Amino acid sequence: MEIELLYWEECPSHDEASRRLDAVLEEEGVTARIRRIHVGTDEEAVARGFPGSPTIKVAGRDIQPEGAEQSPPGLTCRLYILEDGRPSPLPSREMIRRAVRAAAGELEQSGPRS
Amino acid sequence: MTLSTADQLISFRLKNVDGTTVSPEELAEAKALAVIFWCNHCPYVRAWEDRVAALQREYADRGVQFVLINSNDAKKYPGDSYEQMQARAKEKAYPYPYLIDESQEVARSYGATRTPEVFLFDEARTLRYHGAPDDNADDPKAVTRQYLRDAIDALLGGAAPATSETAPQGCTIKWR
Repeated sequence: MEIELLYWEECPSHDEASRRLDAVLEEEGVTARIRRIHVGTDEEAVARGFPGSPTIKVAGRDIQPEGAEQSPPGLTCRLYILEDGRPSPLPSREMIRRAVRAAAGELEQSGPRS
Repeated sequence: MTLSTADQLISFRLKNVDGTTVSPEELAEAKALAVIFWCNHCPYVRAWEDRVAALQREYADRGVQFVLINSNDAKKYPGDSYEQMQARAKEKAYPYPYLIDESQEVARSYGATRTPEVFLFDEARTLRYHGAPDDNADDPKAVTRQYLRDAIDALLGGAAPATSETAPQGCTIKWR
């Protein structure tokens, strides 16, 4: 499974997001290739469609796509809306877990890859 | 350079979301005055927003006053414009002034770098606490250290806060 963790170092939440991602992958028993990508300029943020730090894409899909769509690309901290409606600078473990499970399910359905 | 504990408050006069201007001298009766650098768009601000407002409401009748200041460059972050500040203050019924620091001079004079970033002054307007509101932006139920509340309680009790400095947690102030 391919996972991208895009971050901007000025926003302090990416280390915790990375820890949550690692923990979920371990709990789910999923092996993934994680690319940690630093986004450092406004131009790069626009080019990547980076809605804020941290952004996690599992198998190319944002873990909270509706949030990504509502945020213009730029160097900023990202706002997540958690399951209970609270705003947070971090995605919840459950949010990450749902994305990982969905991608794992799709991989299973598509069968072994050559 | 950031204000240090024992430094005196630096005065300002800034435009409030209600169209008036506010300066700390007009809040002279406050036994404790918290100047908090703030904004609209930052998720750390959003995460702490209800907690900070609840704290102000709880302590308002005990002579505690918060003043929020937004110094972000609204050209880069339109969500932090004066009009958007007005909208946010109305939507959340902010119980405190929410001021715009268009020139960014106030943030620079305080040495503020993040939103939110708290500067709590005592009755003599000496800085007694600087840093984060508490130790967990992400989860109010997981808070173990209520820095701002504890510092206010200490000041109201005539004591020095046990913790006078913590690292502000939040978004960087968006400079021009």
